[in-house]
Amino acid sequence: MIPELGHFALILALCLAIAQSVFGLIGAWRRQPEWMAVARPAVAGQFVFVALAFGCLTAAFVGNDFSVSYVALNSNSALPTFYRVAAVWGAHEGSLLLWIFVLATWSLAVAALSRSLPDTFIARVLGVLGVVSAGFMTFTLATSNPFLRLLPPAVDGNDLNPLLQDFALAVHPPILYTGYVGFAVAFAFACAAMLEGRLDQAWARWTRPWTIVAWMFLTIGIALGSWWAYYELGWGGWWFWDPVENASFMPWLAGTALIHSLAVTEKRGLFRSWTLLLAIFAFSLSLLGTFLVRSGVLISVHAFATDPARGVFVLTFLTLCIGGALSLYAWRAPKLGSSAGFELWSRESFLLFNNVLLVIAAALILLGTLYPLFMDGLDLGKISVGPPYFRAVFLVPMLPLLSLLGVGMHAAWKRARLADLKRPLLIAVIVALVVALTATLWFFGRVTVLATVGTTAGLWIIYSSLRDPVSRLRKHQSLSAAVLGMSIAHFGVGVFTIGVAGVEAYKIEKDVALKPGQSVTIAGYDFAFRELRNVEGPNYHAIEGEFDVTRNGQLVRVLQPQKRVYRVQTSPMTEAAITVGWTRDLFVALGDQLGNEAWSVRIQYKPLIRYVWLGALLMAFGGLLAASDRRYRSVRVTEPLPTGSTARDAA
Amino acid sequence: MTPRRKRLVVVLSVLAGVGIAAGLVFRALSENMMLFYDPSQVVGGEAPHERPFRIGGMVTKGSVTRANGSLEVRFTVTDFKHSVPVTYTGVLPDLFGEGKGVVAHGRLTREGVFAADEVLAKHDEKYMPPEVAKSLKGTPPQGAT
Repeated sequence: MIPELGHFALILALCLAIAQSVFGLIGAWRRQPEWMAVARPAVAGQFVFVALAFGCLTAAFVGNDFSVSYVALNSNSALPTFYRVAAVWGAHEGSLLLWIFVLATWSLAVAALSRSLPDTFIARVLGVLGVVSAGFMTFTLATSNPFLRLLPPAVDGNDLNPLLQDFALAVHPPILYTGYVGFAVAFAFACAAMLEGRLDQAWARWTRPWTIVAWMFLTIGIALGSWWAYYELGWGGWWFWDPVENASFMPWLAGTALIHSLAVTEKRGLFRSWTLLLAIFAFSLSLLGTFLVRSGVLISVHAFATDPARGVFVLTFLTLCIGGALSLYAWRAPKLGSSAGFELWSRESFLLFNNVLLVIAAALILLGTLYPLFMDGLDLGKISVGPPYFRAVFLVPMLPLLSLLGVGMHAAWKRARLADLKRPLLIAVIVALVVALTATLWFFGRVTVLATVGTTAGLWIIYSSLRDPVSRLRKHQSLSAAVLGMSIAHFGVGVFTIGVAGVEAYKIEKDVALKPGQSVTIAGYDFAFRELRNVEGPNYHAIEGEFDVTRNGQLVRVLQPQKRVYRVQTSPMTEAAITVGWTRDLFVALGDQLGNEAWSVRIQYKPLIRYVWLGALLMAFGGLLAASDRRYRSVRVTEPLPTGSTARDAA
Repeated sequence: MTPRRKRLVVVLSVLAGVGIAAGLVFRALSENMMLFYDPSQVVGGEAPHERPFRIGGMVTKGSVTRANGSLEVRFTVTDFKHSVPVTYTGVLPDLFGEGKGVVAHGRLTREGVFAADEVLAKHDEKYMPPEVAKSLKGTPPQGAT
């Protein structure tokens, strides 16, 4: 009964989503208050029914209802309850339902927190969100219904993919989706502004916190995925330029450009049409990401489904959404342009460069990700574009971006006087270079160009990001949450850069053959293979190795990597053992039995790798602080617009 | 700076940037494009010796051998018409196994042995690399540009 209830709830939610979009959009167009008034309750109703549907699927998983095909394929009675809940989004159908649930939650938040916005505007925003929501619900109901029954019911389930039985991966999809889908709000705001024919600084002020919060979730989601790949896949890398990683990274780059461009639009009323375009791009890339992952067009570790019907549907939906938004843009954006000028040395210029470079980075990744598809589609051969391409081309826009960041943070709007800053920043570069050289030489015993450039840039950005808040605090001046958030996020960029430079330049990865009793020395650490033993888990059994890691005779840690075999899916799984440190991670993973009691063992030394994720978390935290700034909460926009603006209403 | 000169500086720097970037991108793309060949094409001599490429197929049943206690492993990759011997030194992925799909990246030696530096097996036992599935279905072999 429960699955049917869920199915029915989803159909009702679809009807409400259609009502929400029709009444919202047409009501705003015809200026009918009674029609527009329907949008908000429709959003609430849609949320209730989507939540009900989601709850029903969760209940089917927790209650081990193997008469539901999706549950039977992705769960098992021996699966711990926590993972049974996580299994809801463990495959295609459920993760779509999660997408819809997240969108319904965002829509509800927009509906609840937008009392101060003009009625026609919010009706249009909710209408556009309703269109997106209705599209995804139709997709789910038509091609990927998670509530379908299995006749006869399965005795037990096929179990969740063992790779997904992990804490980080259990929470990774909801957080990532919150980010992905959050760009739908920015997209809806952009579409509403174009429909309204009105885009002023107040618009940017409404849009900014929503976009920053979405971006924050996306940042955390990507960091979690990277962390998971590091310890769970047994490979020990933190980024593989896998198509699905790229699929989440491209919206992030576009979103990062968007939050910076919104700053210019809010403060100076400039870059308006560009901001609109970025909002469309960020959401389009999120949709494209969904398409790439869900259709199985690009095969990678993450792709669950290889169903062409789904691909065609998502592609059509994608074309309609992006095509519609871009046509609207072509029609309306010329009316919304801005005309104020700014000097070459000004914060506007720096943010313009930031935007150009981030968009270039996203475009290069898009090119590398889609190139194999084009080649295959044109019958020019089966090729793949490897990580070396991405590594090389990503540095092209990133190095100038990092070097501009340190200066740009201090540039004033309109016209910056950077003369006073020249000396301290130049001295800071030299100090950063010296510190980078001595630190890497002292720590790792050798110097590489990449490590030196990266560490110098990172240290410089850290200094530059601290300069302003520290001097303000010294003078007992107030520090707004927005400025503090910006500083912390940029501080995070510096930390991230240092982490990347360190781990990429000085990592050591070694595959060795070891018998119990033997040992090997890597980066000054002795790894002694003590013994092997059998371990029984709740739904797997494992062979566990014990390694004593010592340095100069001192025990650092006992590491216990496992080779697991899950009982249902019988696939072997490597559980790496990692000891975490401020300066390095040590990583041991068991490979295969080589005969003669010997095992292949992968041992890795990863200096500074924690700073990669720490940097990402700092960026996210900075975003959170900035979004919580007081001025976004002063709901009615009563303050005078900043001087020098030429905001003109095209309406 | 006069507005005119300013515009000139901006335009020139943008052009230079775009030019350099485009050159680097296409060099990187052509250098890092990895072609895919199936065993029949390799046996037929279509695959290059001078540059690395990827080979894909099924691991022949009974072909995986190891020198006792050593990291070096040998197996053959087959598309059920022809097969190519492969050597690899290192830890194999979890789902590597006889009779399962595999994609290896490496170079072809003069002796016709594929020396792999990377072996990929999909983290799903039902998975077959798309290229492998295609070549096993007997679509006309393609791959060289």
